[in-house]
Amino acid sequence: MIFSNKLTSGQKKFIRKFLHNKVALFSLAIIGIVMIAAIFAPLIAPYNPARQFINGLTTSGMPKGPGHQFKLGADLLGRDLLTRLIFGARVSMLIGIVANGVAVLLGTLLGTLAGYHQKKIGTAIMRFTDLMMAFPALLLAIALTSILRPSMWIVALVIALVNWVQIARVIYAQVMTIRANEFIEAAIAVGASTRRIIFRHVLPHLIPTLLVYGTLGISTTVLLESTLSFLGVGVQPPTPSWGGIINESQTYFLDAPWLVFFPGLAILLTSLAFNLLGDALRDCFGHEGGNVA
Amino acid sequence: MIKLISRRILQGILILIGVSFITFLLSFALPADPARMLAGKSATPETIASIRHELGLDKPMYYQYGRYLWGLLHGDMGRSYAQKTAVTELIKSRLPATIKLTLAGILIELLIAIPLGVMAALHKNRWSDRAVMLLSFLGVSAPQFALGLILLYVFGYKWSILPLGGYGTPAHIVLPALTLGISGAGWYARIIRSSMVEVLGQQYIRTAKAKGISKSRVVLKHALKNAMLPVVSMIGLDIGVFMSGIVVVESVFDWPGIGQLTWQAIQIIDIPVIIGVVTVSAIAIVLGNLLADLIYPVFDPRIKYQ
Repeated sequence: MIFSNKLTSGQKKFIRKFLHNKVALFSLAIIGIVMIAAIFAPLIAPYNPARQFINGLTTSGMPKGPGHQFKLGADLLGRDLLTRLIFGARVSMLIGIVANGVAVLLGTLLGTLAGYHQKKIGTAIMRFTDLMMAFPALLLAIALTSILRPSMWIVALVIALVNWVQIARVIYAQVMTIRANEFIEAAIAVGASTRRIIFRHVLPHLIPTLLVYGTLGISTTVLLESTLSFLGVGVQPPTPSWGGIINESQTYFLDAPWLVFFPGLAILLTSLAFNLLGDALRDCFGHEGGNVA
Repeated sequence: MIKLISRRILQGILILIGVSFITFLLSFALPADPARMLAGKSATPETIASIRHELGLDKPMYYQYGRYLWGLLHGDMGRSYAQKTAVTELIKSRLPATIKLTLAGILIELLIAIPLGVMAALHKNRWSDRAVMLLSFLGVSAPQFALGLILLYVFGYKWSILPLGGYGTPAHIVLPALTLGISGAGWYARIIRSSMVEVLGQQYIRTAKAKGISKSRVVLKHALKNAMLPVVSMIGLDIGVFMSGIVVVESVFDWPGIGQLTWQAIQIIDIPVIIGVVTVSAIAIVLGNLLADLIYPVFDPRIKYQ
């Protein structure tokens, strides 16, 4: 059982495999750095993210490049870029975790329901996911945020509404396979309630899949949030977000390329780390998702 | 076979009806009042009321939906708030540029993905395979807008060998297509690799090798041809991914297609235009999926509809 304190041999094997996976440890380290930056932003950041330095701009009014005072340069209002990147990690991580968390929850709930009750409810849910798949994620998110007026929580909600579909489909397929097992039939035969079967016999088998797709999903979410912010329908200024910083700097970026390069690198590394970690988790669980429960 | 094709087409039509219902909800049932938006800020209540009547907003919901669907079937997707022109006309005038860019993007994507995927499959589990896989992760994880801007900076500004965005000459399409291609190539390289690994393990490949056919001929003629089959249908299924990329890339490079239209509409919250683009891409996706389904057995005669 997954909830007991003693580790099963499967779990031990998983941990051993994971600790020997250099890519997994590397990506975990990057994620750790971004998380720490996000949580302790006010303590780590050299300045206040909103403070505009007069000496952050040159005499002709251009942002200053990376140097002694401003390690990664200043932006077009003379604000410290490093500080804004550290605070931007908050937005990315918060939306990444909240939006993806809601998407995973929603996807698991509906996917399990559809896979377990294959008749009417299942068909209805799966046809609805077919319908959702007909919309390009970014465009649907753009339409929803422009109608609802963008704010941080709206962006998180919209991303969750767009992203649950994939997870629901994966979970649906898994639950269908699990449902066909004899131990489910046995549980039904001894009179276990549907709720008990789902929580005790189905959900534990989904944990590897949920961990893998939950991790990969954060990568998608970070990219989607930064794209929305870049297009102007994401997190609104003055709140610093990585995509928003690039959006603000577009007109100046030929003279101040660091304003695109560093936020872009931050998005790339964060998204890459979650992708690599998800992939490493999949490897450690074994190809079929495995069973560590 | 005909039965299955007609079933697929029917499914497609049902999904399109669902799509129209969702876009209807987005256009009419949400907070922003279309009549007020269309009338402009200085409009009197009477003007708003008359526009409201003209749009049928004073009628019950089912009537409004019927009217919307009827309009949609006749290519009417409402008028733009800002330009007062028909959304359909706006999209139609932008479509050729977007199609051109999409095709160029797919071409570059395949030009990058096929050699990398084949190389990785041939050197399975060796360092070159790992390098390709890492590259593909980088491609998948890179934010398209930052990638586009950096390419623009390097090739357009620093070395100035390519134009800084815009439209017209063949040189203009290189950077936007490259941005689209690079970000898609990662995913495709992975698919081609795994498809190639599977094909290379087949008996007919062993037979071909045993007959003494040269290695390059076996790889290119016997294996790659078959390994490309899943890619053909993937492209049909990936129209949605491309549409998302188009919005970003066109806004970065000032490419006058649907993506730029969307970006301009976002800036002034021109909701009918945004929803028009959503509708058109949903239709494109449904048709793309249908085409992918129908075209597959043409390329792979082993698969027959049952």
